[in-house]
Amino acid sequence: MTTQTLPAQTPTTTGVVELSTVSRWYGNVVAVNDITMSLHPGVTGLLGPNGAGKTTVLHMMAGFLSPSRGTVTIDGKPTWRNPAVYRDLGLVTERESVHGFLTARQFVTACAKMQKLPDPAGAAQRALELVEMTAAAERRIETFSKGMRQRTRVAAALVHEPRVLLLDEPFNGMDPRQRMHMMELLHRLGDNGHTILFSSHILEEVEQVAGLVQVIVAGRLAASGDYRKIRRLMTNRPHVFAVRSSDDRRLAVALIAEKSVAGIEIEPNGLAVRASDYGSFTRALPRIALDQGIRLRQVVPSDESLESVFSYLLEG
Amino acid sequence: MSTVAFITARGLFGRRRALLLLPLPVLLIGLALICRAYGVSPDMWGQAVIVGLGLVVVLPVVALIVGTGVLGSEVDDGTIVHILTKPLPRYEIILAKYAVAASVTAVVSAVPLFVTGALAGSIKLGGALAVAAVVGAFAYSALFLLFSLLSRRPVLVGLVYILVWEGLLGNFVSGTKNLAIGQYVITIADKIAPTEILQSTIGLTTAVVMSAIFIVAGTLAAINRLSSFSVAGETS
Repeated sequence: MTTQTLPAQTPTTTGVVELSTVSRWYGNVVAVNDITMSLHPGVTGLLGPNGAGKTTVLHMMAGFLSPSRGTVTIDGKPTWRNPAVYRDLGLVTERESVHGFLTARQFVTACAKMQKLPDPAGAAQRALELVEMTAAAERRIETFSKGMRQRTRVAAALVHEPRVLLLDEPFNGMDPRQRMHMMELLHRLGDNGHTILFSSHILEEVEQVAGLVQVIVAGRLAASGDYRKIRRLMTNRPHVFAVRSSDDRRLAVALIAEKSVAGIEIEPNGLAVRASDYGSFTRALPRIALDQGIRLRQVVPSDESLESVFSYLLEG
Repeated sequence: MSTVAFITARGLFGRRRALLLLPLPVLLIGLALICRAYGVSPDMWGQAVIVGLGLVVVLPVVALIVGTGVLGSEVDDGTIVHILTKPLPRYEIILAKYAVAASVTAVVSAVPLFVTGALAGSIKLGGALAVAAVVGAFAYSALFLLFSLLSRRPVLVGLVYILVWEGLLGNFVSGTKNLAIGQYVITIADKIAPTEILQSTIGLTTAVVMSAIFIVAGTLAAINRLSSFSVAGETS
């Protein structure tokens, strides 16, 4: 049997992983609401605030949850109640539970055996080399640092060279060096034609690794596509600033003439300025204050939280 | 040995709770030895030690510790995911875990019961108790393995079964006798080696057939349950 290299990522209409109008609810709570997405070879980031439903989506892809409605397929085969999909699928969960009493090599080899690979020892060696864990392979996993554990789990998920690799918050709790290493690894796997999806609630993480981003907010697919486009949407969004100055009323009059200002409210302890464009407003404000001879005492973006960024995307 | 069975066995004996398996069998043999050493007639202590401690406590509790240890603790700490993300038919996973649970329980309970029976009566009584304990080990293990998949607190559910269902209701509601593994064990041992110590309340056929039903139905239900095993998300 020869392994063929995948043809240079020809965009196909059907992805390797397909979610079609997928919803999942727990009792009255809707965790995932009508999501349709397809994943293709390469690295895709699944971005969203905590509690948005990222883990639920990943678990449905990995066959650990049945969709309440819709279908989840890998290569056209449903993932729920179908253990055969694990031949083509690797999963790295957020929970870093491992059989700590095994050494890294024992653990990865056991995974290779359970995959019924013809040469479990060789496959384990290759997987450990890939994540650069050969030096510590004979140590028990419970003695490992968080990053080493994570790499061992990635090795275990990759030992059968699956076409699809799903990772839930793989960078959580990693130090910068480990993070960089993991990012390189995902890059390499994506370039080799694997279909990689990893979840994160941090935009910077996603844009360093993934060309494509799926943004989930409150169980819905809020945005999907190239990360640069999504990045632009985020910086050009309307924004509310709490501004305090030496003369709030005069500043309000001066600001209302500014193009990037959509509205101003005078409040007991300052101004609430609604800017239509984050970038132009933050450049214009100091200039206007200087011109008017007004001293700015406080400029606070009042909705800087990631959640508000995401909810803006959702509305847009 | 399958890889699943290997990991299961390593996990079972690697955890501290494996030490819980030691005191009960030791206590059982110890009590019997003390009674023998002081020349107390087996009529005085046989029933209390063999039935009251051995069959009512040691066998089901050992089965509970082991039966929930092979699967329940993996579900609990999330390591089950590493086994579930493999293209293994679910019956292979359940049967491997069941084989480990039942055989460990059988050895840990049948050996001390054999010794205690031999000290209290005869080798024949010891043998009868050992055979009955093996049957009981397989029936209890199937039940507790299933509990591990039905509840997030399998140990609690198992204790309720042992204490309330078998212990309390079994004494007052006669119908529950036919649905209590403890009664099958006593009956099987009694029919093999009839003594004053054991008093069976149901027929041998019922005991054997019902044990088989518990084993088969419990295992099938566990396989079915594992096939649609859902992993709850932590953040959502």
